[in-house]
Amino acid sequence: MKNRLNTMSDEALEFEQAIENAESAIYQLRLYVAGTTPYSVMAIANIKKICEEYLKGRYELEVIDLYQNPTLAKGEQIIAAPTLIKRLPLPLHRIIGDLSAADRVLVGLDLRKAKAKDSV
Amino acid sequence: MDKKKIASTVQTLPKSLTGIQGLDEITGGGIPKGRPTLVCGSAGCGKTLFAMEFLVHGAMMYNEPGVFLAFEESEKDLAVNVVSLGYDLDKLVADKKLVLDHVHVERKEIEETGEYDLEGLFIRLNYAIDSIGAKRVVLDTIETLFSGLPNPLILRSELRRLFQWLKEKGVTAIVTGERGEGTLTRQGLEEYVSDCVIVLDHRVTEQSSTRRLRIVKYRGSTHGTNEYPFIIEETGFSVLPITSIGQEHTVSSERISSGIPRLDTMLGNKGYYRGSIVLVSGTAGIGKSSLSACFSDAACARGEKVLYFALEESPQQIMRNMLSIGIDLEQWEKKGLLVFHAKRPTFYGLESYLTAMHKAVNDFKPMVVVIDPLSSFIIGTNQFEAKSMIMRMVDFLKINHISVFMTHLTTGVNDYTGIDISSLIDTWLLLRDIELGGERNRGMYILKSRGMAHSNQIREFKLTDHGVELLDVYVGPEGVLTGSSRITKEAKEKAEQLLRNQEIENKQLALDRKRKAINAQIDFLKAEFEAEEIETLKNIELNKLRENLLLQDRVDMAKNRKGDIVIKTSSITKPKRNDAKTK
Repeated sequence: MKNRLNTMSDEALEFEQAIENAESAIYQLRLYVAGTTPYSVMAIANIKKICEEYLKGRYELEVIDLYQNPTLAKGEQIIAAPTLIKRLPLPLHRIIGDLSAADRVLVGLDLRKAKAKDSV
Repeated sequence: MDKKKIASTVQTLPKSLTGIQGLDEITGGGIPKGRPTLVCGSAGCGKTLFAMEFLVHGAMMYNEPGVFLAFEESEKDLAVNVVSLGYDLDKLVADKKLVLDHVHVERKEIEETGEYDLEGLFIRLNYAIDSIGAKRVVLDTIETLFSGLPNPLILRSELRRLFQWLKEKGVTAIVTGERGEGTLTRQGLEEYVSDCVIVLDHRVTEQSSTRRLRIVKYRGSTHGTNEYPFIIEETGFSVLPITSIGQEHTVSSERISSGIPRLDTMLGNKGYYRGSIVLVSGTAGIGKSSLSACFSDAACARGEKVLYFALEESPQQIMRNMLSIGIDLEQWEKKGLLVFHAKRPTFYGLESYLTAMHKAVNDFKPMVVVIDPLSSFIIGTNQFEAKSMIMRMVDFLKINHISVFMTHLTTGVNDYTGIDISSLIDTWLLLRDIELGGERNRGMYILKSRGMAHSNQIREFKLTDHGVELLDVYVGPEGVLTGSSRITKEAKEKAEQLLRNQEIENKQLALDRKRKAINAQIDFLKAEFEAEEIETLKNIELNKLRENLLLQDRVDMAKNRKGDIVIKTSSITKPKRNDAKTK
């Protein structure tokens, strides 16, 4: 019983932290693109816009061309391009696509709760 | 040996050898080179193993490095799974002959935010291929992407692009797919991969499972269209195309005894050939197992090792039963010459049973293998599988110069074997019930025996407390008789014979008597004649005497008268007459 209470409080702590993190934590983002395709260009523009708007001053964004670093595709389990990986704060998320659906990007970055229809 | 042959034949379509036993024969040289091939089937039917063998054989035998892109299992799992087949994937990876890449897609980590493509996957694959100069690629199972990525439309167009790209890249690819409802694959991959489609199947009929393989499509090439059973054994995947069974084993002309002297006599005086396949078929309780026991006993007595596959009885039961006909198998078991392998094939499934048999034979290295009975392999309607399995087994044993003695239970008189394996059999003995006069007797004849002059006669086959005996059946004007009928008939014949003998004797006696009577008569007549003769001679003598006396008288008279009558007297008659007189 005690343990259960403990874990409960742990979970609660984590949750608190996550919220706090989302509001204050440093975001470490990596955008993997495959060359300069329209998708890549669009994705880079979109993420920059979102970061400036929501994470100003507390994000690191790295754009990586897979063609030049093909080994990373394996290491990072990349399939789709473009893929944005939110490395920090945890949990790790992969956001695929040209990032044009800003709402979803925010959901993926844990900056906005998923809407009921999206959460499924 | 086979593979070289296939490789050297002229091909219109370049093909890539899979190295999978049997498959290269069916496809006439492997799967299409430089094109993707779809291998689909339900869960657990061996798709991954098939694909892995293709890669490993390529890397080890044909100097074609390969890339294994796994969507379901991790590299570690893959390596562990094939260790039992003797493949060391880690070494192949270290030697740069193989790349394993696990593509892990976690649905819940992924948020889709607009248009994308699978260029990341392409780059990965491309890098893997180029890093070792791969010629072969496996995508296992790419359909997993559909559950990992949200947009099937993008996936479909990307997959189409992927297969096109693989073709352009010139790699021979195997794409595996899970079987769907009514379609070959769940996501309709067959639409994209249209060069060669192979379907694997794992069916359970009547509680026994069989794996089968079928080539649904092979563009630009002829191929076997049947469903071929395949097995996954210790050496890996192996397809059993019936026609490709090797016929190149050397044969022995040594003869070995059947354990029954009169049967040996029927088999050209010497018995079976060593390394030949002997089948005994017959109805229940006819003595098939007894014949196997006889043969085993004889083999053990020669000091040969016998492996006895008892599919329906326990070893103890066999030994006890055989003791009742005077065959002591236990002594051989104790000496280690006879080993029983008693398990039902239903316990394993056919293919695993075959594997177990291979293992048992390889471990024990017997000279003689007994399979009693063969009919146990047939469960329900799996005759085709059973046949190919038996064929494969027989082939294996023949190559190893092992004499095989199999029994087969038949249900009817005209049912020779339920499985059509007659072409495999070298010597075939048929045991038959002969029902006559209210009893059942055993009859035996040789249906065929390759390469030897053999008797065409039916023998009565008897189980006695000192072994198996063969007797001549009664063949006479009243047909073929066995058992008591034969004995009564023989007794009857004996009685008739006796009667005939007596008659002859009587006749001879009568003749004797007649002869004696005649002789007596002759004696009597002779005596009569002699008596007459004596009488006559006496008369003659008397007459002569009288005449002489007369003559004498006359001479005396003349003397008295002093006459000069000259009397002719013969000095010869005188003494003769005197002789006769004295007599």
